[in-house]
Amino acid sequence: MPLTEQHRKMRGRNLALAGVLLGLVALFFLITLARLGGGGS
Amino acid sequence: MADATALSPAARTDGAFGQETRVIDFIALLKPRVASLVAFTGFVGLWLADSPLHPFLAATAVLAIALGAGGAGAVNMWYEVDIDARMERTRNRPIPAGRMSRSTALGYGVVTCAAAVFILALATNYVAAFLLAVAELFYIFVYTIWLKRRTPQNIVVGGVAGALPPLIGWAAATGGVDLFPALLFALIFMWTPPHFWALSLYKAGDYARAGVPMLPVVAGPDETRRQIVLYAAALIPFALAPWALGFAGAIYGVGAALLGSAFFAFAFALRRRASVSLAKATFAYSILYLFLMFALLVFDHAWNR
Repeated sequence: MPLTEQHRKMRGRNLALAGVLLGLVALFFLITLARLGGGGS
Repeated sequence: MADATALSPAARTDGAFGQETRVIDFIALLKPRVASLVAFTGFVGLWLADSPLHPFLAATAVLAIALGAGGAGAVNMWYEVDIDARMERTRNRPIPAGRMSRSTALGYGVVTCAAAVFILALATNYVAAFLLAVAELFYIFVYTIWLKRRTPQNIVVGGVAGALPPLIGWAAATGGVDLFPALLFALIFMWTPPHFWALSLYKAGDYARAGVPMLPVVAGPDETRRQIVLYAAALIPFALAPWALGFAGAIYGVGAALLGSAFFAFAFALRRRASVSLAKATFAYSILYLFLMFALLVFDHAWNR
């Protein structure tokens, strides 16, 4: 496999991982806001 | 790039892979159709609890239940690649088709399982997170690794994992468990065997090739059809229990009786006439049955509130 192809794949995976991590950060932040608002069980 | 069709079953079971992994393969690994039904029953458990849980936290809890089911499904696909490669129904899954390595699937599944439990604990409480962890571990270790290849009772005992979501949803909303969600657990538990046995009736060749001792392979189709009738009959009182014990109203009671009778009618017809199309219809109806039963609970609850 040419290196550029490998880089392209790795870049795609890294971007996807970054998206997941950012999503988790946003999720945890929103969970905190909701719980602080008194909506927790 | 290697052609997946060129991979021998042995190479596939070793986790050999040649094609590029696509995003859709990561989604397929989560068994989205199963996860969506699991999430729905979890949602119903949460909804019926009438807790003042914040809507965002409730939505997060349902998402976590779906993720937990999906993660366990991914680990299942990692473990069962040899079975999947031999079965028509599953040979195009990402690992046996050569689009994903086993190690990627395992890592993805384990991380997803752990993330789901963590998110549920964070959004709701430890009881719900504990139950979700129990469901995941039960599905992976008891059903997939221990029972599936050893006994035709695999899906009877394994049904515990799939039956837990209403309890998890209820626990997410209330922080505990109660008789009502336990009845819903029993309903799914009793529904699971006839559901899977209807499928295995017309996929018996697949299961035999893969060496999975499903009931039609071990005891034959006649005995399987007899068991389906027995379970479909036994399911009716379990389905009526929430109404009989005062947890649900008449709308649910009448609906449960009608839907259960129809399930029994399918099973009885299948017992009298061995037919692939009837087995397929019984399997399809079983999915619709569970969905409608839980939808009925939601409707009945909203009506009586």
